[in-house]
Amino acid sequence: MTTSRAIEVKDLTKSFKGKTALDRVNFSVDEGEMLVLVGASGSGKSTLLRNINGLQIADRGLVKIFDAPLQDNGKHHSRIRRLRSQIGFIFQQFNLVSRLTVLENVLIGNLAKVSLSRSLFRQFRQWEKTQALAALERVGILEQAYQRASTLSGGQQQRVAIARCLVQGAKIILADEPIASLDPESARKVMELLTQLNREGITVVTSLHQVQMVRQYFPRAIALRDGQVMFDGTVAELNDNKLTSIYGSAVEELVLRGHGDFGVANNLLVKADGERF
Amino acid sequence: MQSENPSDYLSINTNSQRIISAEVSQMLAKEDKRVTTGKIIFLIATVVILVFSYRQSELNFLLLFQRGGNMVEYIKSYFPPDFSYWKTYLEDTLITVSMGIWGTLLAAIAAIPLSVLASENVCPVWIVQPTRRLLDAMRAINEIVFALVFVVAVGLGPFAGVMALFIHTTGALGKLFSEAVEAIEPGQVEGVRATGASKIQEIMFGIIPQVIPLWTSFTLYRFESNVRSASVLGIVGAGGIGVSLYQSFQSFDYGKVCAILIILILATSIIDTISAKLRNWLV
Repeated sequence: MTTSRAIEVKDLTKSFKGKTALDRVNFSVDEGEMLVLVGASGSGKSTLLRNINGLQIADRGLVKIFDAPLQDNGKHHSRIRRLRSQIGFIFQQFNLVSRLTVLENVLIGNLAKVSLSRSLFRQFRQWEKTQALAALERVGILEQAYQRASTLSGGQQQRVAIARCLVQGAKIILADEPIASLDPESARKVMELLTQLNREGITVVTSLHQVQMVRQYFPRAIALRDGQVMFDGTVAELNDNKLTSIYGSAVEELVLRGHGDFGVANNLLVKADGERF
Repeated sequence: MQSENPSDYLSINTNSQRIISAEVSQMLAKEDKRVTTGKIIFLIATVVILVFSYRQSELNFLLLFQRGGNMVEYIKSYFPPDFSYWKTYLEDTLITVSMGIWGTLLAAIAAIPLSVLASENVCPVWIVQPTRRLLDAMRAINEIVFALVFVVAVGLGPFAGVMALFIHTTGALGKLFSEAVEAIEPGQVEGVRATGASKIQEIMFGIIPQVIPLWTSFTLYRFESNVRSASVLGIVGAGGIGVSLYQSFQSFDYGKVCAILIILILATSIIDTISAKLRNWLV
């Protein structure tokens, strides 16, 4: 049986005010894969993820989700909302609606299936609430269902965001630095959750700084530099020498940012770069 | 201890001057001058405007002083206040407060869609600009003027007053509401958008929950000032306590005027206090 193609990106190019953010990016992800995007800040990881679900539109190039075009040469496809509803998105800053309850935030995952009139009154059905509560139970924060989202810790908020993806019925989850703002224990929980979901068949694409996490959880990696794909292969191939050859002295920044909690001193990359900091 | 020898100061000065580098003295030279041509022009312009507007407004404080005796006589005629019609005044005050309630409520409802249309972070500029101009026009014209118009249209009475408050307050609240919308956290809206939600759903779930506390606070604030405005709308026949106030003025019945003013002051301070408590509790 051939697996179907979940994401296909062709010649995606985007620049902001003359600065290139993505430069002819090409790759594809099969259904059920777990892929990590690595690269220093500003290398184009976020831009790429945001283009895959159409939160941003590129200047040129094509993004297809399950063979349906989502954006093509700088234009949304008319079905973008339908396609987006199959893609869960997890943000570094969680992006929950802080004044709504945890349950309501999870119910937001349902919106693509909710009629306009019910949306206007923020009305949800009993079974939708049951489903949302079940998703919260799954991520382990059922107890907090009726609290405001802003009262939760970062790790809990990120798990609410994952529950929102579950209610969405997402077949693909895009996660943009999902653990960069979390403590190590919360980060581990979030990564385990994503791995579990991947085992159940959800395609996961994550951007990460922490090279240790990359090696622990991901089979395949794409390395970006200045908006170009510099490497696309198994994580095993992406060893320290490879990373140094791609990033040169910038490898330091790649490891440094946002992972102070992960034992920098033991990181192989530091040795590879021959720098102390 | 203070130095006794003035030459000590001098030597310190010369010492420190010796240490000062060229860069520091260059920087010192760059310090903004206290007196510049621009500032002088600005000062002259201000004086000219003040003198001109003084003449235009026919200010004459000397006159106020010379006729101070008349003022005292006049104010004396307000006392004692004549509460013989206090029941009518209380009923009128209730009408005035009711006008404030409905004028504000209708305005708040109308301001919700208008404010979203006037927010740059939600709508394209070709919608934002016309909506803002409309709100400006509603706000620019005083309630009294609108009341005159509505008295002609719907006749004398509080309904004309409610409509006048409604139009003016919509302009004011629309602007305030849209400022709240423009200050939201975009990330939260993006979180909603990423699930495949429509624009209306983004507004209902991503924007409105963020602005509700501010919106409510603005609305209560406008309610307070609308009760104050409603009390004078009666002067042009648009109902409420203003009608009695005007009639008493016309018949030189200053004792009654005084009684009405006392009731008004009490009513508005009670409303202000309650509303301020509510607003504090909200934000």
